[in-house]
Amino acid sequence: MTNPMHDEHHDHLGSKMGMWLFIFTELFLFGGLFLVYAIFRSKYGEDFHHAAEELNVFIGTLNTVVLLISSMTVAMSISAIQKGDSGRAIRLLLLTIVLALVFMVNKYFEWGHKFEFKLYPGSPVLGNLPKGELLFFGLYFMMTGLHALHVVIGCVLLGITIPKIAKKQITSERYTFHENAGLYWHLVDFIWIFLFPMMYLIT
Amino acid sequence: MSTSETHAQVSYLEHQGKYKGILGWLTSTDHKRIALLYMYSMLVFFSVSAILGLLMTIEKAAPGQDIMTAQQYNGFFTIHGVIMIFIIVIPGLAAVFGNFALPIMIGARDVAFPKLNLFSWYLYIIGAILGVLSQFAGDGPPDTGWTFYVPYSAESSTNVIFALTAAFVLGFSSILTGLNFIVTIHRMRAPGMTFFKMPLFPWSLYATAWIQLLATPIIGITLLMVIAERVLHIGFFDPALGGDPVLFQHLFWIYSHPAVYIMILPAMGVVTEIFPTFSQKPVFGYGAIAISSLAIAFVGYFVWGHHMFTSGISYWSRWFFSFLTFIVAIPSAIKVFNWVSTMYGGSIDMKPPLLYAISFIFLFMIGGFTGLTLGSLATNIQLHDTSFVVAHFHYIIFGGMGFAFFAGIHYWYPKIYGRMYSNRWAYIGWGFLFTGFNLLYFPQFIIGIQGMPRRYFDYLPEFQWGHFLSLIGAIILLSGFIIMVSNLIYHRRKGAIAPANPWKGVTLEWQIPSPPPVENFDEIPTITRKPYFFGKD
Repeated sequence: MTNPMHDEHHDHLGSKMGMWLFIFTELFLFGGLFLVYAIFRSKYGEDFHHAAEELNVFIGTLNTVVLLISSMTVAMSISAIQKGDSGRAIRLLLLTIVLALVFMVNKYFEWGHKFEFKLYPGSPVLGNLPKGELLFFGLYFMMTGLHALHVVIGCVLLGITIPKIAKKQITSERYTFHENAGLYWHLVDFIWIFLFPMMYLIT
Repeated sequence: MSTSETHAQVSYLEHQGKYKGILGWLTSTDHKRIALLYMYSMLVFFSVSAILGLLMTIEKAAPGQDIMTAQQYNGFFTIHGVIMIFIIVIPGLAAVFGNFALPIMIGARDVAFPKLNLFSWYLYIIGAILGVLSQFAGDGPPDTGWTFYVPYSAESSTNVIFALTAAFVLGFSSILTGLNFIVTIHRMRAPGMTFFKMPLFPWSLYATAWIQLLATPIIGITLLMVIAERVLHIGFFDPALGGDPVLFQHLFWIYSHPAVYIMILPAMGVVTEIFPTFSQKPVFGYGAIAISSLAIAFVGYFVWGHHMFTSGISYWSRWFFSFLTFIVAIPSAIKVFNWVSTMYGGSIDMKPPLLYAISFIFLFMIGGFTGLTLGSLATNIQLHDTSFVVAHFHYIIFGGMGFAFFAGIHYWYPKIYGRMYSNRWAYIGWGFLFTGFNLLYFPQFIIGIQGMPRRYFDYLPEFQWGHFLSLIGAIILLSGFIIMVSNLIYHRRKGAIAPANPWKGVTLEWQIPSPPPVENFDEIPTITRKPYFFGKD
């Protein structure tokens, strides 16, 4: 229910603070998994080393670049809205979503490839691997899966932003929602920046 | 104060928004209405869970199988625990009195994100319904206990996923409430109200909100990992797949110990409001109370290992966790001294809220001291997983948080409904509750020391006297609860009209009409002096 009184006390700084706090909780959510990763890595260093070699570094790198560019486009769309250029802001947001889709398509092929080799949790092939490799793939699917879910949520947020700009609910005067959606998108990017080296590069 | 002349004076109870009746409540973003939504839903779930508790006590009144099977008993204590912990006490005081009083006490018209606040309630209801459904739907009620310890929770054929999802959703709701309160306290205090001019209930909510925000995600991801273990067979906690069951216990208690402070800090905040009002004297040691809330919140993060002394953690970590457990008792004790000193030399008016608050101190102290008994390494080995533990946490959770809730509802009742309850019945209800409570839980300490294990459906005949006393206590306690609630429900419409400030309180909520108008204040007050100024030094 919209109570007109509430709109009066619109608080840009307060809303942004709320978003930052929410981002903290997301970091703690992933933090739990990073902790588990650290513990098992120290316990099964060698197995993690072997398992990580199975991952496709090329797709991983490509996806990192794609996400970094998408973070840039989202930042550019916020600059555009600050300057009052809503057309440009919308185009940049659309570009961001396209990049997110590219990321997801790559992810699909990557996961599909793993499934082809029966490297998924609960499969008989995985069950015969050493325990550390088993855990590595468990963590790999859980962490990248949870991250992919966040990509989808981020896309939805950006998707909601676009009509709001079109309807002039987001303007150069008032763009808190847009900025918060952007912040969330940076979070998605940020988590990937840590996932990528931990999964693909440290072998 | 009756309703009113101008539009701004319409009470929040009567305000007519876009929708009428029940829909007007379900769509309202008014923090006061959301507080009552929480309170009514909690009353329903609490009754369900209390009846489960009573049935368990009846079952244990005599050795052997009496009214239920062992498997049913396992389901009962699990659901009793899940409902009481995740649906009642964790959100409890913060969601009800925090929502109702926080914005008014800091001189705001609402919380920072009113829509998010309503959304949190919906999440809460979804989670709560899932929790209750797990008892009935699917393959039988979960039987893991509310702690969901692996490996059993990964293997049990019962409806564990329902309960795990319920806890996850409720956690999310709790995070959003915490987030809302932090932003509200930072951004919406009335002009002139610095942090150290803020009343102490908001202070305790502030400390609580940070724990909600920073600890809850850990349980969220842990529950997801158990779900992953059940559904996808990812073996984070399964030794056969390389995992580690003790890791689950760590992750679980990293949240669930701070969660104890999510429960108790707001309770401390409520009684901190009550003591100065009914002593007509400024609170003793304002700064110490405010800072000790933060200290409890901070140190409370580092004591989780004391739940695991017998789980095979290393010698040094046990030593470390035991030491910190003793340290965390210090700020709690500081508060107790401050409450007692606040009463010293005051003009004490033993109204029902104060009576409940004093019994809070009494019960909380017993709970606290027995907590130290459990926190010592040597005694812990003897007492771990006995009914001593059950008695201890019921003294903290029910005797502490529960009695603080009763104190709070008797304190703010005139403000919430604009009516007075009957003092006589409030005293009678208190007498039943207090007697019943002690009779129910105190014998559990003794038979616990003698070796009665917790979560057992059957026991040796020598423990029967304790369980039998508990049953009598449970019946008295429940009668007391019914008396108290009936008194409150009956006088909600029929009671004498309450003045704006029946207790001569000095915090902001007593300076506006009872019940408060929709947007609380006509004009946001400017704060010039410290809270708890009773017109004398």
